[in-house]
Amino acid sequence: MKLHRIFALIARHLYLYRRSLPRIMEIFYWPFLDLVIWGFITLYLARHQSELPGFVTFFLGALILWDMLFRSHQGITISFLEEIWARNLMNLFASPLKPGEFLAATMAMSVFKVACVSVVMAVCALLFYSYNVFTIGLWLIPFVLNLVLTGWGIGVLTTSLIMRFGQEAEVLAWSMVFLFQPISCVFYPMEVLPGWLQMVAWVNPAAHIFEGMRAVLGGEGSPSMSLAWAVGLNGMMLAAVVGWFYRTFAYCRDQGLLVRIGE
Amino acid sequence: MTIPVLQVTNLQKRFGDFAAVDGISFSMKPGEILGLLGPNGAGKTTTIQMLLGLITPTTGSIQIFGLDLSSNRETILQQVNFSSTYISMPQALTVEENLWVVARLYGLTDIARRVNEIVKKLEMEDFCHKVTRKLSSGQMTRITLAKALLTEPKILFLDEPTASLDPDIAEKIRALLKEERRSSGLSILYTSHNMREMEEMSDRIIFLQRGKIVAEGTAQEIVTRFGQADLEEVFLKLARESRIGGKP
Repeated sequence: MKLHRIFALIARHLYLYRRSLPRIMEIFYWPFLDLVIWGFITLYLARHQSELPGFVTFFLGALILWDMLFRSHQGITISFLEEIWARNLMNLFASPLKPGEFLAATMAMSVFKVACVSVVMAVCALLFYSYNVFTIGLWLIPFVLNLVLTGWGIGVLTTSLIMRFGQEAEVLAWSMVFLFQPISCVFYPMEVLPGWLQMVAWVNPAAHIFEGMRAVLGGEGSPSMSLAWAVGLNGMMLAAVVGWFYRTFAYCRDQGLLVRIGE
Repeated sequence: MTIPVLQVTNLQKRFGDFAAVDGISFSMKPGEILGLLGPNGAGKTTTIQMLLGLITPTTGSIQIFGLDLSSNRETILQQVNFSSTYISMPQALTVEENLWVVARLYGLTDIARRVNEIVKKLEMEDFCHKVTRKLSSGQMTRITLAKALLTEPKILFLDEPTASLDPDIAEKIRALLKEERRSSGLSILYTSHNMREMEEMSDRIIFLQRGKIVAEGTAQEIVTRFGQADLEEVFLKLARESRIGGKP
C-alpha cells in the first residue's frame, strides 16, 4: 500500500469541495436540517418529560450518532460515485493504484465528512437546544469510532453492489443505510423489536452502540459489553465486506464491467 | 536480438460464447509505433484494456518489460500510460489540478516543473486554469494526452488520440509523439480510424477482424498483400467482409 496514491485520491476529492457549493451543502445542509426539524419535534415531545425522563438527551444523542454513521457510509459511496460520474475509473485502475488503496482513500474521505458533520451538529445542538453531546462522556469516542466502522462496512457493501450492477444501482448510495436503521435501534431499545427481528438486530454492530448509548444516558452503568460486541461484529463485518469487494472487483475485471460502469 | 517491451501470446477474451479477442499473438519492440487497425467490434479496445489490466484475459499471457502483467501489475503500470477519446477526467477540477492528481498518483517528484513542461508541450497554457467541464472536445483530448505523457511512460497505449482535434493540433500531436519516441525511446500502440495518420505514424500495423489478426506488416506490405490501392481500401474491404461474415 503506497501512501502517495491514497493522498492523490484524497486531494482529488478535496479539490472538488474547494469550489463546489452543492458538495459543501451536502456536508452541512442536511445534518443541520435534520437537527432543526427533529430537534424541535423533540422539544415538543419533551413536554411529556415526566412520562419519559431524559427524552431530549436520548433522542438528540441518537440523532447525532446516527448522522455520523450515515455520513461515514456516504463518504465511501459518494466518493466512488464521483469517479463514475467523472468517467474516471479507467484512469484510476489503469494506474498502479490498488483496490485496497482506493478503499483506503474513500475511508479517509469518510472520516473527513464525519468530522465536519460532527462539529456542525454538536455546535448546533448546543446553540439551539442547549444540548451538550459530551453528556455521553468519554464513551462518546469509542461509540463514534465504532459507528464510523459500521458506516464503512455498509459503504463498502454498497460500493461493491454499484460496481457489480452499474450506475442503475446508484440509488443504493443513499438508501442502503436506511435498510439498517430499523435494526440499528437508533431511537428505541432492542427489546421493542419482535423476537426474530431482535436476532437480526443483534448481529448489527450499530444496535449495540445505540444500546450502549442508552445505558450510559440512563445511568445503567458501563456499556463495555455492548462496545465489545460492537467491536467484534464490526471486525467481522469489515473483513467480510472487504473480502467481498475484492471478489466483486475481480469479477468485474473478468466480465469487463469495470470499463463499462457509467456508460 | 532486441527484447520486446510487449509480448502478447495467444491472448483470448470470451464473454460467454462471444470471443471479443480470439487467440492473438504479437510483440512490440522498444521505440516502435505499432498500429492496431480494424473495424468496430474487431477487438482493438478490448485488447488495449487487457494490456492495461482493466479486463482479465480468458487465456493467454501478456508480458511487459519481460514481466507477467497478472503478477506484476503495479511495477508495469507505473511505466505505462494511456489516452483515449472515450475517457474523461474529473470535470469539476481545473486542468492543472487534474494533472497534479495524476502526478501524485504515480508518485512523481518535482511535480510543478513537470506539469508546467507538459502544459507548454501540448500548448495548454490558455486553458490550464480552466475547470475541465468548460473545455472543448479538442482541449479535452489534449488533457488526456497530457496526463498520459506527464508520467513519462515507456509504453503508451493510444486509442484514437487525435479523433476530435483540429488538423493543425492533430499534426502537432503526431509530431510530439514522434519526438517523444525519438528522444526517450517511447513505444506506442496506436489505434485510429484515420488511415493516412496510421500510415504516417506506424512502423508496423496489425489488422484485427472479429478478434483475430488477419494481417500484420508495414502499411505497404499490407496494401500489397490485399491487392488494394491503399490502406483505406484494405480497411473498407475488411470492414465489409466483417459485416457480411465473410473471410479475409
